[in-house]
Amino acid sequence: MNNKSMKKKRAISNAISYFVLILISIIWLAPFVCLFLQSLRSYTEGGGGMVEYLLPKQFSLDSYVWLFGEESKFTRWYLNTLIIAVCVAILQTIVVLCVSYALSRMRFKGRTFLMRFWLILGMFPGFLTMICLYFLLQQMHLTQAGAIPGLILISVASSGMGYYVTKGYFDTIPKALDEAARIDGASRARVFLTMILPMSKPIIIYGALVAFMAPWCDYVFASYVAFGYSDSYNVAVALQRWVWTNDYQGYFTRFCAGGFLVALPVTILFMCLQKYYVEGVTGGAVKG
Amino acid sequence: MGKEANSGKGKKSKGNSNGGFWADFKEIGLTFKEGDWKTRVSYLIMGFGPLLRKQFLRGIAFLAVEVLYIFYMVSFGWGYLKDIGTLGTVARVVNPNGTFSYNDNSFFILLYSILSIIITCAFLLVWRVNIRTNREAEQLLAAGKKLPTVKQDLNSLLDGNFDKTLLALPVTGVFVFTVLPIIFMICIAFTDYDANHQPPTNLFGWVGLENFKNLFAFGSTGFGYTFCIILMWTLIWAFFATFLTYFCGMGVAILINKKGIKFKKLWRTILVMTIAVPQFVSLLYVYKMFANDGLINSYLLKWGWISTRIPFWSNPMLAKIMIIVINLWIGIPYTMLITTGLLMNIPEDLYESARIDGANGFQMFRSITLPYMLFVTGPFLLTQFTGNLNNFNVIYLLTQGGPSSMALTNGGGYTDLLITWLYKLTINDTNYRMAAVLGIMVFVVTAVISMGVYNILPSVKDEEGFQ
Repeated sequence: MNNKSMKKKRAISNAISYFVLILISIIWLAPFVCLFLQSLRSYTEGGGGMVEYLLPKQFSLDSYVWLFGEESKFTRWYLNTLIIAVCVAILQTIVVLCVSYALSRMRFKGRTFLMRFWLILGMFPGFLTMICLYFLLQQMHLTQAGAIPGLILISVASSGMGYYVTKGYFDTIPKALDEAARIDGASRARVFLTMILPMSKPIIIYGALVAFMAPWCDYVFASYVAFGYSDSYNVAVALQRWVWTNDYQGYFTRFCAGGFLVALPVTILFMCLQKYYVEGVTGGAVKG
Repeated sequence: MGKEANSGKGKKSKGNSNGGFWADFKEIGLTFKEGDWKTRVSYLIMGFGPLLRKQFLRGIAFLAVEVLYIFYMVSFGWGYLKDIGTLGTVARVVNPNGTFSYNDNSFFILLYSILSIIITCAFLLVWRVNIRTNREAEQLLAAGKKLPTVKQDLNSLLDGNFDKTLLALPVTGVFVFTVLPIIFMICIAFTDYDANHQPPTNLFGWVGLENFKNLFAFGSTGFGYTFCIILMWTLIWAFFATFLTYFCGMGVAILINKKGIKFKKLWRTILVMTIAVPQFVSLLYVYKMFANDGLINSYLLKWGWISTRIPFWSNPMLAKIMIIVINLWIGIPYTMLITTGLLMNIPEDLYESARIDGANGFQMFRSITLPYMLFVTGPFLLTQFTGNLNNFNVIYLLTQGGPSSMALTNGGGYTDLLITWLYKLTINDTNYRMAAVLGIMVFVVTAVISMGVYNILPSVKDEEGFQ
């Protein structure tokens, strides 16, 4: 009897849980489904602007065709973003690994000072330095037409400060391993390259993935450094302008299509490497 | 800067040189007193000693640094550094043929002066190392040992001195692209650099604390009122954004972790997937969904649930609530990810014994789950909070800080955070002086909260608890 009522209770609570979970899934996925559906709307309906209904009456690939057509620079912007993302992912990972190894394994003069100093630097808002960075880049001719290398440079240059997660990971690798190798005559560099790096695959992938994803959202610096030079936009800047310009009506379905094309590969990559991301995020969060 | 660097270093080297910044000075004097003539000449001509002692690599490196430094200062640095007191006096001169040519540029005077000061500090550090090298070499020779050869020196860069190899570029990068701009902007807070003082046509100069007074001035032109409103909202926003997301995220994680729920992986994957979508896509789209002519309003009208469109983004209160709610949508998957693993770490027998004692679900959550989670994720909550203080994307992509109002001066809107206001002051008003002041205020707020909270975090105070 008691058992039965328990079972019933559990069934009800499970049913509620499933209901909530399904609701959550709908809420979280709905915007993306809407985005995709609207990107498929033909120009004949609402002229590519916003309309009062969700399901297109006539499905077509108009917006996508336009994006890859002569009229738009979408492929250029896409390529810009991809180049930035790949370069930043590679270079930033290298910088972070170097800094993390030095801070985790070596004890040198000024080490605590450096860590504290960077911690304090991190409390300044990034945009504060925007004007100054712009003029610095301008002096190097890395704005407007040269915005792509310029953006890569400023992302990578200060990336050393983001060593926390990787250093935390290195700290968990026993130092005895290093010492054993060093007794056998291996140099620090050798230990770093042939022992620590191969053992840090998850955190390297995590770092590279995060670094790769960031440039896709970079609006502030990208728009400032490109400074109206449309060939140097990245997708975030370009699509943002479509939404915010006054004739966004015409650009709405194009924005949807562009957004979908941006989100798709990044999401697929992310899902493939999800395991590493979860590992990095949880590890980093607990260590603070 | 250099002073800070030295004192920091001094503290670290307590072990070997018996403490402090002054010990460094003492050692410099001592080296001079006890050193031979090669060492003494090295005080003026860097690398002289090492060169004569056949440590060619070090000698050439030191000498090159000195030559480069002098060359830089003479040909470039000093020209700017000498004007730092005034930031330039003549902006333009009229040529005989009636055209203008630009003369002083306050911006570059300030920028390159700071650069020169940083370079000078770095040079002084190298000079210090140069003296230490001499001293060490003398001591080694006196003890009858051999000096390291060039090859050994080079090898040490991959071994004993590997940290220098690894850190050289990253630290230089941070100094040039972070430290230099930050010092520059801090200086701007004490100048009148704004739309009316734009180099090269106009100069800007030092104004002392005027901008800070302006920030706290409650007149019609002062920033005081707007600043207070925006600061309040920034703090309220950060509080709700952090804790609501945290508890809801944990709730979802508990729900998915619950015994008897199937397809755990599927539910998680659905949520995690949304992390991957670049925020500008998701946020801009959601912004459009809730716009006046957006899908939500249209459907609510069509179904007859409302008779007039809901002004999601133009009503200040509603806009604030919307931002917090949509931030939940952005933040919950992330918190869910982090808490999922941690929740599974809680020993099952704790719950078991609680259940035997007759505790219900809520009681167990309150006295087992929550204390544990707060303990473990304390630092995470702190970083989330400070991150939210500066959460530019969510605010700017949704409302751009709006709705604005006549009551708020200088482009501030009701949902502006300090950081978005700073951005708008920079981009729209080119009011760099006040933007710089705001930047300093953001730093102060962040630093005060971080330092204050960090020291009372249980996991910092008591590392062994819960383990």
